[in-house]
Amino acid sequence: MKMLETRWGKFIIEVVALAVIFTLVQYFITAGIFNQYHQITLTSMCINIILAVSLNLINGFTGQLSLGHAGFMAVGAYVSVVLTKFMGMPFIVGIIAGCLGAALAGFVIGVPTLRLKGDYLAIATLGFGEIIRVILQNIDYVGGPAGVVGIPKLTSWGWLFAGVVVTIFVIQNLINSSYGRAIISVREDEIASEVMGVNTTNYKVLAFVVGAFFAGFAGVLYAHYFYIIKPETFNFLKSFDVLVMVVLGGLGSTTGAVIAAVFVTLLTAVLQAFPAVRMIIYALILILIMIYRPQGLMGNKELSVKILGRIWSGKDGSFEDK
Amino acid sequence: MLELMQQIVNGLSLGAIYALIALGYTMIYGIIKLINFAHGDVMMVGAYIGFFSVSLLGTNIMVAMIFAMIACALLGVIIEKVAYKPLRRATRIAALITAIGVSLFLEYTTIFLLTPQQRIFPQGAFPVHDYNFLGLSVSNKDIFIFISAIVLMIILQFIVKNTKTGKAMRAVSEDKDAAVLMGINVDNTISMTFALGSALAAAAGVMIGVYYNTINPLMGILPGLKAFVAAVLGGIGIIPGAMVGGFILGILETLVSGYGNSLYRDAVAFGVLILILLIKPTGIFGKNTGEKV
Amino acid sequence: MRISRKVVLVVLMLFMFGIVAGCGGKAGGGEEILVGINAELSGAVASYGTNARDGAMLAIEQINAEGGVLGKKINAIERDNKSQADEAMSVSADLVGKGIVAQIGPLTSGNVQGCTLVMMDNKIPLIAPAATAVNVTVNEKGETLDYIFRVCFIDPFQGTLMAQFAYENLGAKTAVILKDASSDYGKGLAEYFKKTFTEKGGKILAEEGFVKGDRDFRATLTKIRGLNPDFIYVPGYYEEVAPLIKQARELGITAPMGGGDGWDSPDMIEVAGKANLNNTYFTNHYSVQDQNPKVQKFVKAYKEKYNKEPDAFAALAYDAVQLLAQAIKDANSTNPEDIKNALENIKDFEGVTGRMSIDEQHNPVKAGVIIEFKDGKQVMNTRIEPK
Repeated sequence: MKMLETRWGKFIIEVVALAVIFTLVQYFITAGIFNQYHQITLTSMCINIILAVSLNLINGFTGQLSLGHAGFMAVGAYVSVVLTKFMGMPFIVGIIAGCLGAALAGFVIGVPTLRLKGDYLAIATLGFGEIIRVILQNIDYVGGPAGVVGIPKLTSWGWLFAGVVVTIFVIQNLINSSYGRAIISVREDEIASEVMGVNTTNYKVLAFVVGAFFAGFAGVLYAHYFYIIKPETFNFLKSFDVLVMVVLGGLGSTTGAVIAAVFVTLLTAVLQAFPAVRMIIYALILILIMIYRPQGLMGNKELSVKILGRIWSGKDGSFEDK
Repeated sequence: MLELMQQIVNGLSLGAIYALIALGYTMIYGIIKLINFAHGDVMMVGAYIGFFSVSLLGTNIMVAMIFAMIACALLGVIIEKVAYKPLRRATRIAALITAIGVSLFLEYTTIFLLTPQQRIFPQGAFPVHDYNFLGLSVSNKDIFIFISAIVLMIILQFIVKNTKTGKAMRAVSEDKDAAVLMGINVDNTISMTFALGSALAAAAGVMIGVYYNTINPLMGILPGLKAFVAAVLGGIGIIPGAMVGGFILGILETLVSGYGNSLYRDAVAFGVLILILLIKPTGIFGKNTGEKV
Repeated sequence: MRISRKVVLVVLMLFMFGIVAGCGGKAGGGEEILVGINAELSGAVASYGTNARDGAMLAIEQINAEGGVLGKKINAIERDNKSQADEAMSVSADLVGKGIVAQIGPLTSGNVQGCTLVMMDNKIPLIAPAATAVNVTVNEKGETLDYIFRVCFIDPFQGTLMAQFAYENLGAKTAVILKDASSDYGKGLAEYFKKTFTEKGGKILAEEGFVKGDRDFRATLTKIRGLNPDFIYVPGYYEEVAPLIKQARELGITAPMGGGDGWDSPDMIEVAGKANLNNTYFTNHYSVQDQNPKVQKFVKAYKEKYNKEPDAFAALAYDAVQLLAQAIKDANSTNPEDIKNALENIKDFEGVTGRMSIDEQHNPVKAGVIIEFKDGKQVMNTRIEPK
């Protein structure tokens, strides 16, 4: 057992675990154990995870309240669709361009607006998100309000899995790097970190651009699964949905964001069968969770094997502080 | 020239509606720093109460408005006690999510109870007269809504600046803990603010119902968002700011539709908002307080 | 680095757990005919979606009261798609998994298109009550999508019809388009109106827009007043159009105005006012005031059940269900494939919204009418028989 506790041992375990999960789900899909409905739910889940984890970088770790995430998602979706559908480029080109396009939009929006604070930033980002949507609505090349129909279905389980793993891996490593410390210091106390020589604007923009990049990724995956995209899909209510996931999970907790994304996706799917009370239940759950757990499900802690182990052995139920 | 005048009249009456909603928005924000996204929906509830008062009880519009204001004041206090009070010590973003939850709850409970279909305000509730000044068409409801917005703003400003409650409100807004030490009942003051803000929303709701004839359960979303923009534009938390923000937004939207391209109306409105914020990050009337280290 | 990998691992375990938890059981069929209702019951167009649902449910109730189809009762499974294409797709996959023989809805073109792949993959027919975009039933190569049908007009039909009417019958030489810019419906109708109107020699002076939820149109209308057009085309839905017409008349715009079946609602007269609606026209399938007994029976039953008058969505959804019942009868089978074949061969089906046959592109061939508002009454102005 000793070998397993070394770095390499852990790394190997993790790679194996990822491979097992991937193969298992792939098997479920090919063998038809997951029907189409499960696959669609799975897809929404992965896309929501990517959105929530990336918004969490901006809202949770950097502490900048952004309400424009749907806008970046839209940029990613539309850029990639133009390339894959209209120009016949391969999917990978679409993905790269979509992500870069969204990141560029993040940069253009982030540089001027990140000087704003709190609610002023929130409304400015919301405004930009809506501007993106209105512009798309008026571009006839991409169908205006009707959007683009007949997008090739290129998003496979493999891409979704890769998307989730890469998003979490990159953002988690960014947070644990020296950049990450700087980013978190901006959240904790902007003035103090500035005094310490941290160029807060640069780090805010960095977090914003990375967050937008992955939102674009989510947009690409979304567009190439759901056959149709239209500007209306990416309105400010969509940004709210993602924000809800982030806050439910706990601002500044990647595992929290993932859990909340999974939870919200499943909740949405289950509630489809109760049209009359669906949104009332959703609203009540939202209010109740916030009242009883205002810091979100995970607070700013991460769920890890160690904690699970502790809870399992009954020694200590408390979460590990990062 | 005539057309421009007409457009400004159009813009002022649209702006008055934004201003009416923004007043309550900004007031609640001023005291607990909460973006009360449910504000637009409280307005919707007010519109429905006004509607039922007119159509079922056959009251006139003034009585309907008073009913709506009382009921919504109560609703506002309940919302605050149940949903926001437990979160007073939590992060502001948690309160924001709760506000979104309350907003959805109000919208969809109304849909559940009253169907999502629109209701039509009885035409007789508010006899409309159109006046024509040298080709400029203005109706009495434009004048009514414009004057209401200004009068309500003045009353509100008076309450906040010159009464004891208002003083307490400002104290709580400045520093909750110090206010407690000064013997101010913070809970009551906040409840009072919600009651006042929600009553304003109800008044706005009934007026919008009368003004546009129709009400529906989702009618609060768009004006709510616009009012929020107006409040931020004027400097959120500042009462005259909400008013000015509302009028600027109204006129801006009107001018874009009238002289530019109506398809880009919302984009331009948001664009100007962002521009103003970049030049003056705390809104037009916002005080530029340096951050304390 | 250590935490990050751990995080990844745990996250993925949770993720698996979530998926497993998401799996549900299947419901079986038996002696009933399972029909899915995929409707916009919450979200942006909930008010139209619930009317459509009501229309469909009325039809199912009536069919079951008369003994069902082929001796079997229709059992409707109702699901909400939140007015979103992705949710519509998920709902249709859920319904298909439950063993439906056909799906009614969704309402809007975009949401129907969201379901297209699922219906095609599983070979289950879908009847769209009100999806008017051309590319709902055909793909971009012009091939008909085998399992997608509709009972409503397509955009070119209504847009062209109104353009012809405005130019020829009303003698309009100039027009302004004021469309619902947030919907594919508004865009589609506007596009074909513009095409035909300019081809005939008319001139489009301006193309303006509004978005769903707008209630104040005076800025744009003031601008249009200055252009003084002969005709104003307003493709949109009644919730916006009714206050729009009222404001236009209040601003002193007297030009005739026209639109599509999105105008068809009892609310039009109440909101816009009788006098204001004079000199306005819209293209529609039928008139609620039509004396045809089939129409009157429907309007009466709908009023009795829901205590309101039907709008176009309710009538079309009603017809979609009746059409499905007819197809099941024709096929003498509840096999989705047979139903699809029967739908393709529907001839002269008598619906509330007119007598229709399904053409090779799965669109109904039926007469269109131009309805004029006269002192608060819908009056049939012109009837255009199908070619």
